[in-house]
Amino acid sequence: MELTDLAFVTKARLGDADAFRALVERHGRPLFRLAFRMTGNQQDAEDVVQESFLRAWRQLGKFDERASFGTWLYRIATNCSLDLMRGRKRRSADSQVEDPALALPSGDPTPERVAMSGEVRERVAEAMDELSASERTAFVLRHFEGMRIEDVSRVLGCQPGAAKHSVFRAVQKLRRALEPLLNGAR
Amino acid sequence: MNHLSEEQLILHYYGEEEDGVAAERHLGECDYCRALYGSLQRALNVVDSLSVPEPGAEYAERVWKRIEHRLPARRGVGWAWALPAPWRWAAASAAFAALLVAAFLAGRFYPHPRQPAQIAAADLQAGERILLVAVGDYLERSQMVLIELANANSKGPLDISSEQERAVDLVSENRLYRQTAAHTGDAAVASVLDELERVLLDITHSPSRLSPNELEKLRQRLEAEGILFKIRVLGSNVRNQEGQTL
Repeated sequence: MELTDLAFVTKARLGDADAFRALVERHGRPLFRLAFRMTGNQQDAEDVVQESFLRAWRQLGKFDERASFGTWLYRIATNCSLDLMRGRKRRSADSQVEDPALALPSGDPTPERVAMSGEVRERVAEAMDELSASERTAFVLRHFEGMRIEDVSRVLGCQPGAAKHSVFRAVQKLRRALEPLLNGAR
Repeated sequence: MNHLSEEQLILHYYGEEEDGVAAERHLGECDYCRALYGSLQRALNVVDSLSVPEPGAEYAERVWKRIEHRLPARRGVGWAWALPAPWRWAAASAAFAALLVAAFLAGRFYPHPRQPAQIAAADLQAGERILLVAVGDYLERSQMVLIELANANSKGPLDISSEQERAVDLVSENRLYRQTAAHTGDAAVASVLDELERVLLDITHSPSRLSPNELEKLRQRLEAEGILFKIRVLGSNVRNQEGQTL
């Protein structure tokens, strides 16, 4: 943990909102990236970030200062994302909406996204949506956030072996889901 | 030749395999594994190309403005509140132990006319006060969780995961205080703590998102058992006793 994070956390525990604001400024954007990868939706990601910081503020007393504040925050954001995704799946099941396009990222088109064919994008989003919550989380943390599996297990609060198997299952499912598309493109 | 498993190839892709050199050598020699690895790389490259929207330079500022007014006030009183919850209990225990040692040493070496019974009474009073402070604080925190749930106003599913996490901590603390109360023969305190524990356990075992119906049921239960009222009364008694031991 960086010393400055710890210093801000200590002040924030005593009720110093400005110190907490510094933590929001430092960790807000990385948290947004994580939340977007987890939820696949910009509005949801923004909600997750806000809720994560609110929970972090309420739970600062529980933070173990020997741990990394960033990892702790990631854990909170991961739980918020999982809550949101489970709720969304329930809502989706209730309303029988099965349009995969609804799960696609909703931000403004970037050059990369425009370059990517709609079909591929849809298939990737579908394949990601097919992952279980723990598989998706483990995959996002390992693949996009570049965390080592041991760190992934800390965020997920599980044994490294369990985190490793979640990553394996996620990659296997993605490869199998995308293989026909890739073979067709070659 | 033994092929590399898909798991080994995945670990190789992420650079987390035990023997990277051996895997690399095998891939150089084995067409089957190379093809499988190529397929894995292509799939993950496609996944990589899903971009994340840029939230803008002022993103953190925007987040802060949205949450600033929603941050509940923190109790910025005393150094003990800067400590994580488990350490607060440890600090209270350490203070109690230090008091006992100090009282023992004072009785052993300080020549004044007080009798051993008076010293023991003073020790007991100090210990009692520390326990009362801890129980009083505990009751306040429990009350806050229950009030938040009782007053929650939600037309859709309500996320109570934060309250659940606090309830988990409160349950483990509750056992400590309840056992102490039972041990010291304070049946009234033990009884309220027992009821509170059951309510907290129900909260921890509820789904993390409550439907309006589930929330209403919980609210009705809190009202029917009058647990909030009981906590308030007990809290008030504890505060009074705490004042008397000063």
